[in-house]
Amino acid sequence: MRIKMRNSVFTLVLLAAGPTYAVAAGSEDEFKAAYAAAEAANKEAGKLRNQWTTTANTLAAAKKAADAGDFDKATASAKEAEALAKASIYQATSEKTRWKDMEIR
Amino acid sequence: MKARTSLLLGSLSAALVAFALTSPHVVAADKVDPVADAKAFQNFFFQKFPDVKHEDFVNGPYSMNADMKRQWQEKEEFPPYEFALDAGKEMFATPFKNGKTYADCFPNGGIGIRQNYPYFDEKEGKVVTLELALNRCREANGEQPYSYVKDEMAALTAYMAFTSRGKPMDIKIPDDPRALAAYENGKEYFYTRRGQLNFSCATCHVQSPGERIRAEILAPALGIVNAMPIYRSEWSGMGTTSRRFTTCNSQIRGVPFNPQDDEYRNVEYYLSYVSNGLPISGPGARP
Repeated sequence: MRIKMRNSVFTLVLLAAGPTYAVAAGSEDEFKAAYAAAEAANKEAGKLRNQWTTTANTLAAAKKAADAGDFDKATASAKEAEALAKASIYQATSEKTRWKDMEIR
Repeated sequence: MKARTSLLLGSLSAALVAFALTSPHVVAADKVDPVADAKAFQNFFFQKFPDVKHEDFVNGPYSMNADMKRQWQEKEEFPPYEFALDAGKEMFATPFKNGKTYADCFPNGGIGIRQNYPYFDEKEGKVVTLELALNRCREANGEQPYSYVKDEMAALTAYMAFTSRGKPMDIKIPDDPRALAAYENGKEYFYTRRGQLNFSCATCHVQSPGERIRAEILAPALGIVNAMPIYRSEWSGMGTTSRRFTTCNSQIRGVPFNPQDDEYRNVEYYLSYVSNGLPISGPGARP
């Protein structure tokens, strides 16, 4: 009974602390860094005239999650957006010469 | 020993001859040669689809599928672009506030000239499409430009295409390095893979014409611009060449450019040039 009571109190403490953990400074900072890196990569893809719609959508999802205070989800989305942006940069760079392989001659 | 030396020398000479024979091809392949490109481009489609009449390629998916063609021919009795055509004709004849009309901006009063667009403007050093020329005409006469993708622009270009039906596409590339660069950039754009789906224009319209992509049959790239603008059932309305390019880009999950950005102007120049000789069939209707 005492153990049960202690567990309930522990659960209550956890529940109360939950939102505090979610907005913990470390997590928000991590999101901000991940988001900035993703934005920078997407900007570079823009300079190469090869942005992907999925990068923009994933960046928007990251921002939405951050606005709702879910920084774990926001950070994961920002990292995914960065990976997408980097893939678009790779595509643009490699296609600079590869397009010729497809040309009708 | 002597035999080995002569064998070695023989191999070396053969290698040198082979190198000498192949190197001019490498140089030639890198040289911009629109005439050779157009010939190779058209031959590719003529050989891939030997049963399709050359002038039929401008009818896009209908040239690839007999059932679709029959349905389309019936539709053509009351074509879905007719409203746009009537509206375009009226708009074309209606004077601007200053009393001038579109006819004042174009050679031959704008009638029967679709086959000459886009052209390379040597003054500007860039490609000018029909859509761009129409908006420039409006602005030069104190009117607001239209949206490039549909509605009024589609109606105007539909009327201008209609007055040019049957005329062979006749795009010129002047002897100007900037024109050749624009053509080459258009070609590069056409073959460059983009978007998360990693598709180029050629993926669908060179590698897979006649194949299905979901419920649609892909059109061949040859003559694809000759049918513009088009009524698309998917759009429930008319769309311009600009609309076609931008939606193609979003469909492969690439962020489209602004209509009439250099990339789109150049790719229209390239696609139109390699379709030279095929008749204008616009406005078209597509599923």
